[in-house]
Amino acid sequence: MNLTLKVWRQKNASDKGAFVTYNAKNVSEDMSFLEMLDVLNEELVEKGDQPIAFDHDCREGICGMCSMYINGRAHGPQNGTTTCQLHMRKFKDGETITIEPWRAAAFPVIKDLVVDRSSFDRIIAAGGFISVNTGNAQDANSLPIAKKDADDAFAAAACIGCGACVASCKNSSAMLFVSAKVSQLALLPQGRPEAATRVLNMVKQMDEEGFGNCTNTGSCEAECPKEISLENIARMNREFLFASLAGA
Amino acid sequence: MSKLDSKIPAGPIETKWTKYKSTVPLVNPANKRSLEIIVVGSGLAGASAAASLAELGYKVKCFCFQDSPRRAHSIAAQGGINAAKNYQNDGDSTYRLFYDTVKGGDYRAREGNVYRLAEVSANIIDQCVAQGVPFAREYGGLLSNRSFGGTQVQRTFYAAGQTGQQLLLGAYSGLERQIGLGTVTMYNRHEMLDVVKIEDKARGIIARDLVTGKLERHFGHAVLLCTGGYGNVFFLSTNAMGSNVTAAWKAHRQGAYFGNPCFTQIHPTCIPVSGDHQSKLTLMSESLRNDGRIWVPKKKDDTRKAVDIPEEERDYYLERRYPAFGNLVPRDVASRAAKERCDEGYGVGTSKMAVYLDFAAAMERYGKTEVTKRGLHNVSKEEIIKLGKEVVAEKYGNLFEMYDKITGENPYEMPMRIYPAVHYTMGGLWVNYELMTTVTGLYALGEANFSDHGANRLGASALMQGLADGYFVIPYTIGNYLSTDIRTKAIPTDHEAFVKAEKNVQDTLDKMMNIKGTKTVDYFHKKLGKIMWDKCGMARNEKGLTEAIAEIQALRAEFWKDVRIPGTQNEMNLELEKAGRVADFLELGELMCRDALNRKESCGGHFREESQTEDGEAQRDDDNFSYVAAWDYNGGNYELNKEKLEFEIVHPSQRSYK
Repeated sequence: MNLTLKVWRQKNASDKGAFVTYNAKNVSEDMSFLEMLDVLNEELVEKGDQPIAFDHDCREGICGMCSMYINGRAHGPQNGTTTCQLHMRKFKDGETITIEPWRAAAFPVIKDLVVDRSSFDRIIAAGGFISVNTGNAQDANSLPIAKKDADDAFAAAACIGCGACVASCKNSSAMLFVSAKVSQLALLPQGRPEAATRVLNMVKQMDEEGFGNCTNTGSCEAECPKEISLENIARMNREFLFASLAGA
Repeated sequence: MSKLDSKIPAGPIETKWTKYKSTVPLVNPANKRSLEIIVVGSGLAGASAAASLAELGYKVKCFCFQDSPRRAHSIAAQGGINAAKNYQNDGDSTYRLFYDTVKGGDYRAREGNVYRLAEVSANIIDQCVAQGVPFAREYGGLLSNRSFGGTQVQRTFYAAGQTGQQLLLGAYSGLERQIGLGTVTMYNRHEMLDVVKIEDKARGIIARDLVTGKLERHFGHAVLLCTGGYGNVFFLSTNAMGSNVTAAWKAHRQGAYFGNPCFTQIHPTCIPVSGDHQSKLTLMSESLRNDGRIWVPKKKDDTRKAVDIPEEERDYYLERRYPAFGNLVPRDVASRAAKERCDEGYGVGTSKMAVYLDFAAAMERYGKTEVTKRGLHNVSKEEIIKLGKEVVAEKYGNLFEMYDKITGENPYEMPMRIYPAVHYTMGGLWVNYELMTTVTGLYALGEANFSDHGANRLGASALMQGLADGYFVIPYTIGNYLSTDIRTKAIPTDHEAFVKAEKNVQDTLDKMMNIKGTKTVDYFHKKLGKIMWDKCGMARNEKGLTEAIAEIQALRAEFWKDVRIPGTQNEMNLELEKAGRVADFLELGELMCRDALNRKESCGGHFREESQTEDGEAQRDDDNFSYVAAWDYNGGNYELNKEKLEFEIVHPSQRSYK
């Protein structure tokens, strides 16, 4: 199939940036979306142009590095799928595809489709952990955990930190990301001793990074490639409320 | 004097590590604060080491090339992590895990290291659970285990098909905690481009900031390379796109010996190549072989659809050749058997380079079990299959979905097509018991070292080794070195060694940028990959390897004359990053072929066609090759040093799965 691509090109953080149109010819439907870009990039390099910069690494939908809007949707048209696992059979011959970087104040563009998501790391550093030094642990089976709690914690822990939730939210809120980590650790008995300080510190850092507020539109859940549930946000709100009331 | 002193402690194998830990010199807390350690890489080994060392009080700097330490390729591991907990009361023990690992590695690993690995495996699970890693659990609330990769005990802990992700996020949370406390300084989007040596000791690195392109000098009393494997030398592998050998290779050029570079693991169950555009391969967890049956048509070039081929015209070749283990033979055996069938013309799919992995029998079997469980009567075959599909979906649903996404085919309706792909490299920097390379003060952890898996790694053991090295080995062994170094003040980075090292890196970058040739980096990478796959892949022979060495040398010369890198150095330049990595792969590839050529025996993942039994199985040659091949770079002349392997406990025997 043949496609027209409108791709955001931006030389660096201080450049204004603009869309540039490219033609992608003879695209195989078995290609992944990023492989289609690889082929285009090869052509650009052969012509002496700079290839389109985009973040990617594992190409198996798990590292969370790939990040772009495809036709206005984070990670493109297929639900529950990262860009790297999206394949060209989801597109039609002759289609025009618009490709942009995440747009959020807390994710500044570095180049083309590459953005800086280090704000997520700083939120984790503020409290997204259990304070246990290596060697402190007791036997793993000395603390039974109800299967449901373990399963719910796992479902929250499946977050890959890609930032699609922020990119999809009209307020650029990071609530789904932060609540996934808060929930995972709040659901487990190991995480309870620090639950109050954790949620307060993580939310404080989230606000400092310039993420917006949550207005419950649910677009984060709808666009999350790992289908992280909104229930996590509700759980975090409860945790936050209790922690604030307790004056932790 | 040989540099290859393995430093295995004396005494019975069960007490070596305990005794070592009890007698190793300690560094007092006040001194730790002024000792700086550089950790390159933030995967399981790097993140766990950086966090653990910072907890002890050392000043740590950690580097990763990705945008966050959480992206490291450890995250993609699916199946699980082994530990000798014996929670299932099925006879597991430290000894048994040790024995299985030495045997599985085809007797090419060091006993002392492997025993320590098995010994600390149980602590890893404790540590991870304490961090909040959500492992799978039973209804009673205790941890669940499964058997994996054909072992006879259930010792694999898992978190659905995302075990690597959960373990890495655990280690990452520990690392971020230390970053928050200010004990670790993290450098994201930085790539190490050389090791700096002062008076023959590793004292720092030169790193490139991948956003600005600026070169930076960083001092450390010790340097730890936790930079993973080099499977991407094959271009197509299951490794992440950015996985590379550069850090390890630069260390090698600075005098760190490279151990067993030809030991590569080819994983049998990957999604086959679909065309020239292919950028990487995707692994389907080995757990699928617990229920899936592998087959090809009995007739050559059979173009019928799989479902139209009747049972009696199918060749379940693993069950035929290996009745005792069937579809569960180890990875190397399963991979070679698939290649053999495809090379003989029995392959399936458009490329004919694939075999079927079929769940039809499993669905029927599970369906019948469900009928009995639920006490149903007069159930039609279709209903049985429907019930069976539900069971299969529960066990493997996420994998089936992934296959569907990538191929556009529904594996519930037709068998999957699979083919082996490069997955892991057992070879790596040679290290002693303390994980130190042949360069004093330079360590290698995790997949980046050669140490624990011999010639073939067992499933669910990579995660175990990465975390063992980082959490439980290096925090002790590094003390033996640093306790002698407490008087060394931080060396300013305007020292001439740093200046010279940076200049060398700068010159190489300038040289690469100034070629302004006509061919892309990927052109060279793909060509190299094809040479490696055809001649240094699943089967190797003298003629092919000799040709490969000449071809790689020619390709390398062409690269340095004709590669085209657009843009400039002083900006984010992804082509320049790739070019540097491919330049190193072009050297490593040659060394791998030389090592494979030297090792005139078949062992584990290394299959020399000249060394096989009458029925085509791998033939080891213990008399001549029971050693670690440790290569000295020596200005590109590659000198072989041998570390003889002594087996005091597990006596080498021919592996048989028949």
